[in-house]
Parts: sequence; C-alpha cells; structure tokens
Amino acid sequence: MFVHALWATVYISIVAQVLGIILGLIAALMRMSNFRPLRFLSGAYVLVFRGTPVLVQIMFIWLIIPGRTVGFGAFTLKQEVFAGILALGVNEGAYMREIIRAGIDSIDKGQMEAGKSLGMRYGAIMRRIVLPQAARVIVPPLGNEFNNMMKTSSLVYIIGVYELFSDAEQVFSSSGNVAPFIAVAFWYLVLTSIWSIVQASIERRLAVSEHGDELSLRERAVAVWTEGGGVSRLGDWPFGAGGRWRGRS
Amino acid sequence: MTSSPEGLVLRATEVHKHFGRLHILKGVSLDVRPRETVCIIGTSGSGKTTFLRCINHLEKIDGGSIEVNGHPIGYRMKNGRLVEDSERNISRQRTEIGFVFQRFNLFPHKTALENVTEAPIQVRGVSKQEAVSDAEKLLARVGLADKKDTYPGKLSGGQQQRVAIARALAMKPALMLFDEPTSALDPEVTGEVLDVMEELAHEGTTMIVVTHEMGFAKRAADRVVMMDEGVIIEEGSPEHFFESPTHERTKAFLSKIL
Repeated sequence: MFVHALWATVYISIVAQVLGIILGLIAALMRMSNFRPLRFLSGAYVLVFRGTPVLVQIMFIWLIIPGRTVGFGAFTLKQEVFAGILALGVNEGAYMREIIRAGIDSIDKGQMEAGKSLGMRYGAIMRRIVLPQAARVIVPPLGNEFNNMMKTSSLVYIIGVYELFSDAEQVFSSSGNVAPFIAVAFWYLVLTSIWSIVQASIERRLAVSEHGDELSLRERAVAVWTEGGGVSRLGDWPFGAGGRWRGRS
Repeated sequence: MTSSPEGLVLRATEVHKHFGRLHILKGVSLDVRPRETVCIIGTSGSGKTTFLRCINHLEKIDGGSIEVNGHPIGYRMKNGRLVEDSERNISRQRTEIGFVFQRFNLFPHKTALENVTEAPIQVRGVSKQEAVSDAEKLLARVGLADKKDTYPGKLSGGQQQRVAIARALAMKPALMLFDEPTSALDPEVTGEVLDVMEELAHEGTTMIVVTHEMGFAKRAADRVVMMDEGVIIEEGSPEHFFESPTHERTKAFLSKIL
C-alpha cells in the first residue's frame, strides 16, 4: 500500500510538471506573439493561476470534471487523479511561463536574426537555435519548481487522491498516532534529496556543453588521453602540460 | 555595361523607413547587376545598415519596393494593395540572400561545421552527407578546414566571421550582404576577413558590403555608393569616387576617413 502511495506522489508530480512545462512554453510563446489576443490570453492565464490558491484550483477543477474515470484503455485515470494532475499542471504552467520567457529573453536577438537570414522559420529557430541555448538558463529554476511540485502535490489529498500524504492522514485518523506524519516527512525528504542529486548532475552536464573559452570536460579528457596532456591549450587543466597523466597515453 | 531590369539581382526603388518619428531612409534606390560588388559607405546614422537589413526583410519598409531576382521581398499584392507576405514566403525569399552580421551571430552551441550545415539540412532538405561535404569545402575556402569541429567560443573574431561567411554561402545565395563585417574585429584580424571577401568579389559573387574599409572598397568594389542622411548622394566607380568625388559631403567624409 505504502509503495503505491510513494509511487503516486512521484507519478503525479512528474506528469504535472511535464504538463506545466508544456503549458508554460506555449504561454511564453504566446506572450511573445505579435498577435495581441494571444498576448492577452497568456497574461490572463498567469494572472488567474498565480493569483489564486492552488488548493482552490484543485477543488474547482475536481468539481467541474464529470465522471468517475477519465481516459480510455491503458490510459484510464481515476477522475480525482486526473483532476489533481490537471490542476497542479495548469498552476505550474503559469510559473513556468515566466521561467521559460526569462530563458528565451536571455538569448541574444542576433541568434533569431541569424536563423531568419538563413531562411529558417520561426518554429525551427526556436527549436534548434534558441531553446537549446535557453535551456541552460531554464533548468536551474525548473529544478526548484519540481522540488516544490513534489511537496505541493500533497494538496491533492483534499479531493481524495491516494498518495503519500493521504496515506499518512488515513493512518492518523484511524489511530490518532502522530508518527505517520513524521514518516511521511521523511519520505518527502528522501524524494527531494534524490532529486537534488539528479538536478546537480543535469546542471553539470549543461555546464559541460557550454562551449565558452574553457574546454569541456569531455574535450579535456580526450585531449589528455590522446595528446598526452602536453598541449598548450590545457594550461588550466589541473594536471597541466606534461603532468602526471602524460605517461599513460 | 547595361542590362535589362529583369537581369538585375537587386532592384530597390524609393525605399522609405521610419523608426518611430525618425525618418531613416528617405527614398533609397539602388540596382545591382549579377557578379557586381557594391560597397556602401557613409557616416554612422546615414541609414546604410538599415537599408541592408531591409533587403532581406529583417526590417520592414514603409514605402517603395525591393526586388531580388525579380521577386518582391516581404510584400505581395493583395486586392490591389501591398500587404506583408507570409512568414513562409519571406523565409523562402531569404534563402536567396546571404547575410553576414557585424557581430557574427554564430550559433554558440554548434561547431563550425554544424553552423554551416544547419540551414542546408533544415531549410533546403539537403542530405547530411552532402551538406557536410559542401561545408567542408566552404570552410576550406575560408581557410578554416582544421577548425571544423571547434565551437565558436574558441575561435578568434576573424575566424568566427569567416565561419559566418561560409555559413551564409552554404545556402548558395544569389546575393550576399555584408553589414560592417570587420567593425567588431581587432585590427590585426580584419585582413583575413577582407581577403576572403575580396576573393569572393573577384570570383564574381554578387555582393553588397556596408563598410568603413576604404582600402577594401578601392580594391574590390565595382561601384561605391555614398549614403548620407537616408539618401544616396553619390555613386560611381572606385576611381571616380576616391580621386574626384563631386559631392561636398563625400569630400568631407573621405578627407576625414582617409
């Protein structure tokens, strides 16, 4: 039972976060559109979903979605699970819009112009030129958002979704024992700690692929093994030109 | 050397452009024939960069018309009125026009080779193999065959600009536009970029170069155009231009810069 609750929290958080990223990207692109109604819609979306409590949004969406299940075949979800994910995702999208927009804004306008001058179309420039560069700016705050999401997802217990917190709440209401809440706090801590490690490794990888003046880790490794580390480019490599790694290559 | 209007690569007629209340281009007309190299000179603020950007519709124009290879750029007739063309058509027209930026604008997350192959693969639908072999030839032509797997961040300014030239050439454009291609470079590396451009000019590439490099204009240009306050005030062969300019403003400008 408990494993199911843990899995439900992980599952709901991931799906809601992915939904939030997609909605945030759409809203960010709408915000930058030349077409005024799209900009307005994007603004209204953020205003409403950042300006009202997520708990209210969860209740509201749960109340307006009919039926006991949503979806078909293997993609069937209990109504309350669907409503919970939808509410968390839509709420998250409003925050992701700002994060993604800041990421896109951080990319020099010349990149868009260069793409245009080569005959690339807006979508292709976004997908292949701007967003891959913006990712480096977007990922760190995105990681924090997901950390938040795992904890905030506990709110869906209010509409009867079975997950970590509601599992503890059930044990508490039948026994009056406080211990389940300590246990549940511990498990959230485990989840967020695992995520911090994952996040750090993603950020490291993005930093490595940032090809500024420094050599990337991979290039350093390649240079060290193939050229004996004896190239002048490796001045800042800790094992320097002709360092102790040289003999190995 | 006369040719019919249909044979022109560029025909710009009475181009007007405003930035807010600033009237930047006040009726610029310029024809460019195939294989011709035209250098546009003039003080900063004279509108020469704006004019260049209008040619591939990086800037919209407020009046007049621009045709490249006989196709109007950025606008089409609809119910007897000129309306801005669709993004798809504008993009297609831009494939005919190469643009080299003052600040290179290379894609920093792609290698030199990938910068050059990106548009042929994505826009023209060329196979990767063919795009790579073309790109390697182009990089060799600009003297950077050995830098193909290097990222822009590790190239010097001059090398970056040469990659940018190769990137623009990869689309096999009918017209190459250069917007002050050496202005952002250290003096010691401007030569390597100008050499590449001069070679292109002598090989018969049709190009328009906005530049402050008078030496380059003298050596490479078929025609020099002087812009001042949003209009072309004088144009002619380099000999005419540098030896016997007629307009007072041109004389003043040249005496300052030479």
